[in-house]
Amino acid sequence: MFKSFSHFLQSDLVYNFTRSRVAVGSAVVALLIIAASMLAPVLSPQNPFDLMSLDIMESNLPPAWESGGDPKFLLGTDDQGRDMLSATLYGLRISLIIGVLSVALSLLVGVTLGLVSGYLGGIVDTLIMRVADVQLSFPAILIALIVDGAFRILLDKEMHDRAAIYVIILAIAASGWVQYARTVRSCVLSEKGKEYVEAARIIGLGPVLIMVRHILPNVMGPVFVVATLHIAMAIIIEATLSFLGLGLPPTTPSLGTLIRTGNEYLFSGDWWITIFPGAALMIFSLSVNLFGDWLRDAMNPKLL
Amino acid sequence: MLKLILNRLAHSVVVMLAVALIAFSMVAFLGDPISNMVGQDTTVAERAALRENLGLNDPLPVQFVRFLSHAVQGDFGLSYSLRVPVSELFAERMPATLELSIISAIFALLIGIPLGIHTAINRDSFTTQAILSSSLVGVSLPTFLIGILLILIFGVMLRWLPTFGRGDVVMIGGWSTGLLTSSGLRSLVLPVATLTIFQLTLIIRLVRAEMMEVLRTDFIKFARARGIRRKALNYRHALKNTMMPVITVVGLQLGNIIAFSLITESVFQWPGMGLLFVQAIGNADIPVMVAYLMIIALIFVLINLIVDLLHFVLDPRLHSSGAN
Repeated sequence: MFKSFSHFLQSDLVYNFTRSRVAVGSAVVALLIIAASMLAPVLSPQNPFDLMSLDIMESNLPPAWESGGDPKFLLGTDDQGRDMLSATLYGLRISLIIGVLSVALSLLVGVTLGLVSGYLGGIVDTLIMRVADVQLSFPAILIALIVDGAFRILLDKEMHDRAAIYVIILAIAASGWVQYARTVRSCVLSEKGKEYVEAARIIGLGPVLIMVRHILPNVMGPVFVVATLHIAMAIIIEATLSFLGLGLPPTTPSLGTLIRTGNEYLFSGDWWITIFPGAALMIFSLSVNLFGDWLRDAMNPKLL
Repeated sequence: MLKLILNRLAHSVVVMLAVALIAFSMVAFLGDPISNMVGQDTTVAERAALRENLGLNDPLPVQFVRFLSHAVQGDFGLSYSLRVPVSELFAERMPATLELSIISAIFALLIGIPLGIHTAINRDSFTTQAILSSSLVGVSLPTFLIGILLILIFGVMLRWLPTFGRGDVVMIGGWSTGLLTSSGLRSLVLPVATLTIFQLTLIIRLVRAEMMEVLRTDFIKFARARGIRRKALNYRHALKNTMMPVITVVGLQLGNIIAFSLITESVFQWPGMGLLFVQAIGNADIPVMVAYLMIIALIFVLINLIVDLLHFVLDPRLHSSGAN
């Protein structure tokens, strides 16, 4: 384990990474944001879930540096008197958790189906890829909306609110697996004919073992690239759903629900409720996209 | 040629059937249409009679065929929440969505394709770097955030432009248009800008990638070796070969614009199909959801079909291979 890690440190990838200012910069920003959101309970001045600490008299306060601002609330407060800094940090945390879990779920499903599809071929392959083709011709957001809509019909209002976070993860995962399946499948097709796979087959290993132990490690590179870019995408989809009022209930402050609340106060000039969560969302997805772009170029030397 | 067209048509029909099956299973398995149609005081016997009347006791394949034949005629039943035929709702709202989407698509293409070509030809120039970095910002900004920022700047701070609705519309035949009144045009600016910015970034990046791909091919190197002038090379030889994949992308983007307009419509309270759909999800209004799904699927399938056929018309290589 240790040896493979030091091996990794000496790889071209790490060398290229340290030489690219964009890659290092975006990775640092993304990691800082992740750290800040995970440490939200420690860092934030207030717990936005703790209704006792909220004072309605302190609602819609502007940021501290504006006139009428309160130094207690650096970035101002929202309509319930929640501190925007704390709410944004907690919101980031929920958005990130949803993003990571839904990416993990679609990765799991997509990679499995891609492996099976590419390795077995034939009717299984045709079936999986047909479904993928049909789904790919629709935008991810639409798929996620429809999955969410189906659960809204299935569950009653109260149950849906309680299960909202899982429904969203499922909806985003359902909209994202195709990318993984197609990437893995095309890699598997080119790996399948190679000698090491033939060798594994000759010594009598079963298909499952060959797929998981031998082919899978060799196709994970592109999967990581897809997953990195997908995280930004997943967080944007979550925010969009919540913004449309179809994601998390307002009691759970994700970035999208915060922006939605803020939107209602935009016309009275209370811009900070929307802008700070919006900026957090933008900076995070920008840094992840920059890093993902770099990773794609670095791992795929054919493309320039 | 005929074979190719038939093949594409068959593919489109299969996709539509698949979407119809999904839509039908939402109707058949999720929720109970009866309890959405009648009041609390309807007796069990009356409900059962209604159920029999509506054919809900028939075998599922029979119900599916009935659903299909109704859908083909544009009949999706009554909206649960608005108590109006779904087809009327969509007929009323379709012009708003189409105007918004098509105008945005035109702008995105008119700006995006030249910028994409520019960034592919002058790879290291300052403007290229500027365009590419701002396009990455565009990719990272969710559509709704672009809309909110535009509202904040042009609606709230500067008070230049209206931020919701379509303004005054004029009816021409059954089509309501906002293009003929000044308030209608002013209302279009911000939603169109929102949709355009979002699509623009994607189009720039795709055109650039395709163009660079073509510029690397042997025939371009050869043309350069022959001494053909740089300008003729870029615009006559390379661009011609770039347009093929670009048409594909543009077709897909047009579908995307129509779908993504639902976010823009929600931000600007634009009375289009997308807003209707978003409200329908919130109300668990199945007939409206189903109808939207089918309409969008139909638009996507039609666009794909047209793109495929355009390919065939424009690419001479396909003529010979299509024959055998």
